[in-house]
Amino acid sequence: MDKRAVFRSWWLPTAFALPQLALIALFFYWPAVAVVRWAFTLEPPFGGAAEFVGLANFRDVFADPLYWNSVVVSLTFAFAGTLSTIFIGLVLALAVDRQLPGSGAVRFLYILPYAIAGPAAGMAFRFILSPERGLMASVNSAFPDFWNPAKYGSHALILVIVVFAWKWAGYTFIFLLAGLQSVPKSLTEAAAMDGSGPIRRAIDIQIPMLAPTLFFLLVTMMTEGFVGADTYGIVARTTDGGPNHSTEVMVYRIVEEAFRGLNYSGASAQSIVLIGLIMIFTFIQFRFIERRVHYK
Amino acid sequence: MKISVLTSVLAGLLAATTLTATTTPAHAEKTKFEFWYGLSGDLGERVQEACSKFNQSQGDFEIVCTSQNGYDTTLQNTIAAYRAKKQPAITQIYDAGTLDLMLSKAFIPAKTLMADNGYTIDWNNYFGGIANYYATASGELNSFPFNSSTAMFYYNADAFAKAGIDFKPDTWEQVEEAARKLKAAGYECPMGMSFDTWATMEQFSAIHNQPIATQANGYKGLDAEVVFNKTKFVDQVKFLKKMADEKLVVIKTKQLGMDVVPAFTSQTCQMIQTSIADHGTIGKTLPEGVKWDVAMLPVWKGTERQNSLVGGASLWVMAGLPDAQYKGAAAFLNYLGTPEMAQWWSTVTGYIPVTKTGFDAMKANGFYDKAPYKGRELAIASLTYTPTSENTRGIRLGGFTQIRKEVGTALEAIFMQNADVQTELDKAAERSNAVLRRFEKTYAGQTLN
Repeated sequence: MDKRAVFRSWWLPTAFALPQLALIALFFYWPAVAVVRWAFTLEPPFGGAAEFVGLANFRDVFADPLYWNSVVVSLTFAFAGTLSTIFIGLVLALAVDRQLPGSGAVRFLYILPYAIAGPAAGMAFRFILSPERGLMASVNSAFPDFWNPAKYGSHALILVIVVFAWKWAGYTFIFLLAGLQSVPKSLTEAAAMDGSGPIRRAIDIQIPMLAPTLFFLLVTMMTEGFVGADTYGIVARTTDGGPNHSTEVMVYRIVEEAFRGLNYSGASAQSIVLIGLIMIFTFIQFRFIERRVHYK
Repeated sequence: MKISVLTSVLAGLLAATTLTATTTPAHAEKTKFEFWYGLSGDLGERVQEACSKFNQSQGDFEIVCTSQNGYDTTLQNTIAAYRAKKQPAITQIYDAGTLDLMLSKAFIPAKTLMADNGYTIDWNNYFGGIANYYATASGELNSFPFNSSTAMFYYNADAFAKAGIDFKPDTWEQVEEAARKLKAAGYECPMGMSFDTWATMEQFSAIHNQPIATQANGYKGLDAEVVFNKTKFVDQVKFLKKMADEKLVVIKTKQLGMDVVPAFTSQTCQMIQTSIADHGTIGKTLPEGVKWDVAMLPVWKGTERQNSLVGGASLWVMAGLPDAQYKGAAAFLNYLGTPEMAQWWSTVTGYIPVTKTGFDAMKANGFYDKAPYKGRELAIASLTYTPTSENTRGIRLGGFTQIRKEVGTALEAIFMQNADVQTELDKAAERSNAVLRRFEKTYAGQTLN
């Protein structure tokens, strides 16, 4: 027989859960309700009477070509960012998992970038990769405009994705390394005995066994790429959305509209659309990708 | 048993809160009030100095000054604080946020505040061009002009001498000629330029008597529409673009690695347009012995020069606070207005004195003849060149920060990606007008007074 502690009364567990519930209500539901209210009115920045405008804010959002531009930019950013972080994290984890000499030290090093705030990383990379003053300046003087994120939208997008991948690869690395360590050693050892090299073993044994971790990272990284606070910070500190809107991701647009343009209502409408998109994405991921994931 | 644990925890919490509540008012004999400002770095420290000077000058009030690290964040944080009823007594709002504050009903007009607290201020003592920017249509000040500036043209006199240029760049024709000579003399960046619209669009339009928007740049009504895509500004952008194509104008932005001011102080670029507020920084940063000078912004030959626009920020007093705090705020603002403080502030920063008495006192002291400050009087000359007119009074457009960003993006597309000048400016104007219409609807029924 199990010995289990069971709460006999209902109020004590409720009381224990109450602080958490209150926090969730206060910091998640209340703002969400306020956002919904603002999305259907024209909210004056300093408060006061706001006129109900129905769906006008949403119509404005959808009619704006720059909004659709930001959707495309966000999709590109989230996909490229997610795939590159997971790929880099996976390669690093596979390497560290081999337990070669010094892997303890590099494991620590690989995690470090994750401890750096997105805006700080963005600021650093703006200098490191600036076309006229940074590392690429010498390449640029030989081949003009070889790297110029201030001029080419594609370069700017690569720049923000690089910063994102640099920062978040450490995060995927932690999870993937933990996942690799739970792959039974007997399997990889048996494969090694049969003569397969490290790459063969990774592709045939380790990566398939990592499927649940990879799926988890896919969902979290996609969400992070879309709505993460870092995404805004990185874009704002490196390219400021430019050149000519080419790195204007959806979160950047929302924050800019709300706080630079003082258009709280338009930004709220965009937030709601974004929340909806995230829900659809997560649904697709669970519905179609999770099916292929085997948890055993 | 369980109950007693719970109650004791609650009792502890209660005790903790009451304890802190009772200890705070114990040593509060002075009335404390808050002042939020947007300046940071060197200029921010000067504001702190002004605050401590005030605190030492009297014993009734204590001002607590907090930098919000930027003009735009100060406006955002003030809004957030006001909505949460935690607003500071005084907040520093930049030129572009003036209309947002005016329509907010969240402030106490300068005149009312001073009259209520028994101060007599000679409101005519403020320079007309400066006061008009922050005043109602009938000329009453809503906020206190504090750090006022205007855009100036800086040039490296040593480089000019080396390139054999024997004239001052007063007209754009001369700027072009100087740029060609500098280029011929081997200077990589004759003139540096960023996508900041303040000098390139706003100041250029004012001194050339061109409107930026209808309705007297917005002063006459919320139904104003921008027209910058139909004025001389378009030709100016085309001219600058042509110069840029010939590498006579070189783009310098943060994204490229260096903004215009560092480009000038590192002697990379030999001519730039920037605020008079940078005069102090530039003087301090350029290596000793380098000769440089400032001039009023150039005009095209044959143009009747008009006064330039006031930039910088003013101090707003927020509504909804206890009366005692307003007494302190009034005392502080009165203190800042004394000629000694005005002079001190203009000396340690590059900002111009906002009052006529302040300026006269400084002129009488010979301030403007001394080496590091020479040239700053040109900012006043530029601001007061002509009496303000419809096109030069200022810009009173809602969401102006956003409009600046739209034009900045257009310039980015034109200069970095070779987009067509007229098409991009038309697009920017269309988007700016959408911003204005939304602003008008948000404040439906309100009129500019």
